Amino acid sequence: MKEFGYERPAHPTDALAMIAGVAGARFLGGGTNLVDLMKLGVETPAVLIDVTALPYDFVTDDADGGLRVGSGTRNSDLAAHLAVRRRYPALAQAVLAGASGQLRNMATVGGNLLQRTRCPYFQDVTKPCNKRVPDSGCPARDGEHHNLAILGGSDLCIATNPSDMAVALAAFDAVVFVEEPAGPRAVPIADFYRLPADEPQRETTLEPGALITAVALPALPWAANSRYRKARERASYSFAIGSVAVALDVADGMVRDVRIALGAVAPIPWRAYRAEQSLRGQPATEVAFREAADAELEWAQPLRDNRYKVPLVRNLMVRTLIELVQAS
Amino acid sequence: MPERVATLSPIRLSVNGREYQLELDHRTTLLDALRENLDLTGSKKGCDHGQCGACTVMLDGRRANACLIFAVAAQTHDITTIEGVGAAGNLHPLQQAFIDHDGLQCGYCTPGQICSAVAMLAEVEAGWPSAVTPDVAAGPVDLDESETRERMSGNLCRCGAYVNIVAAIQDVVG
Repeated sequence: MKEFGYERPAHPTDALAMIAGVAGARFLGGGTNLVDLMKLGVETPAVLIDVTALPYDFVTDDADGGLRVGSGTRNSDLAAHLAVRRRYPALAQAVLAGASGQLRNMATVGGNLLQRTRCPYFQDVTKPCNKRVPDSGCPARDGEHHNLAILGGSDLCIATNPSDMAVALAAFDAVVFVEEPAGPRAVPIADFYRLPADEPQRETTLEPGALITAVALPALPWAANSRYRKARERASYSFAIGSVAVALDVADGMVRDVRIALGAVAPIPWRAYRAEQSLRGQPATEVAFREAADAELEWAQPLRDNRYKVPLVRNLMVRTLIELVQAS
Repeated sequence: MPERVATLSPIRLSVNGREYQLELDHRTTLLDALRENLDLTGSKKGCDHGQCGACTVMLDGRRANACLIFAVAAQTHDITTIEGVGAAGNLHPLQQAFIDHDGLQCGYCTPGQICSAVAMLAEVEAGWPSAVTPDVAAGPVDLDESETRERMSGNLCRCGAYVNIVAAIQDVVG
């Protein structure tokens, strides 16, 4: 591992000045991903700026009836918070479906949003990877891609976003608050992540040196009827091979409104707008749910070894929608 | 900020109620500091990537992977290792239960399993749900076998002593 400096500022202004002042400085949250990437040689920061002393460890009510979560909140505290569990259960479930008890105690909300793909080529510095080294190539398309993207990939990159939490945040239209060199900015989660296109090294729309301060969950009363379902290769403590966060507002057997986001199928948490559009105003039946899932997945471009994700995610969507009708 | 950044620092660690003063390279993980500098070798290095749980310690009573936190970043915490959980002649109930139920074979993962289980029971006491809790919005959870397995999934045992590990924990819960 390359040597590095270490700072632990107590004030956001100091943290922002430090990151702007040193080339190769990186913010350190819980470190569960960054420290590992440093061991692998993927990350070689000159200085780590530990942000865990900043005043961002909180979960509070917003005036509009929503919730605001500080970026330094540990994943376990987010999942254990009663307001999250009651008002946005899919978010608590998504966080609990990720990693282990130990890692959730360490990992922060801001770090979870910015965690990197677990694509095996990205994590192996002996292999080419357009995300890690632009224009070096991508062996995944013809190589090991069984858990890579079926939606939203490009010729240069088909890595998947690994976060469970971000899938639920996408479904709930969360807003990410950041401090950037130009000032504060509120970024809707739909605008936070970038598809790889021809620049897979750019994963978010954040400016260099940006500091995430909080995430807002807008008020959504029917989000209480929401659920996160995750399929993986072992029963626990494993990344998703497909996941879904769904919130459903159903009345008199009809879908009044619905939110669907998919995980482990795309370079970003994938909001299934087409499926949602196809369902609104329709009867809440399995037939309609299948048609909605197909409306989303007809755009999938699976490769040799990840075709299984299409029926997997279709069934996750349908099954979860059925469960939410039964729970209504 | 100086032109050449310092890459080692004086570090103060609070471990099992004792204060230690060290000077460490920032690259030193808490796990390596415990084992190599403080001679607290109960915490084990398995994968060194946060995937096996053998290095589990408690930071302010919460379980964490000591391999994924740099020692320099661990200074604000009260650290508890297996050496602070119990000792020969004064075993923690979970340690006794692991013996009674043969919750180990080679024993390499055991310190991490015990530290993890101690903190896990506190999480249950605090009402934290898990991925197998049917209704996350509901109140206290009953730590049955399924909940125990899910909550302990961050600790791997290559000998496969899981059945007896679960039995040992269930025994302590009563």
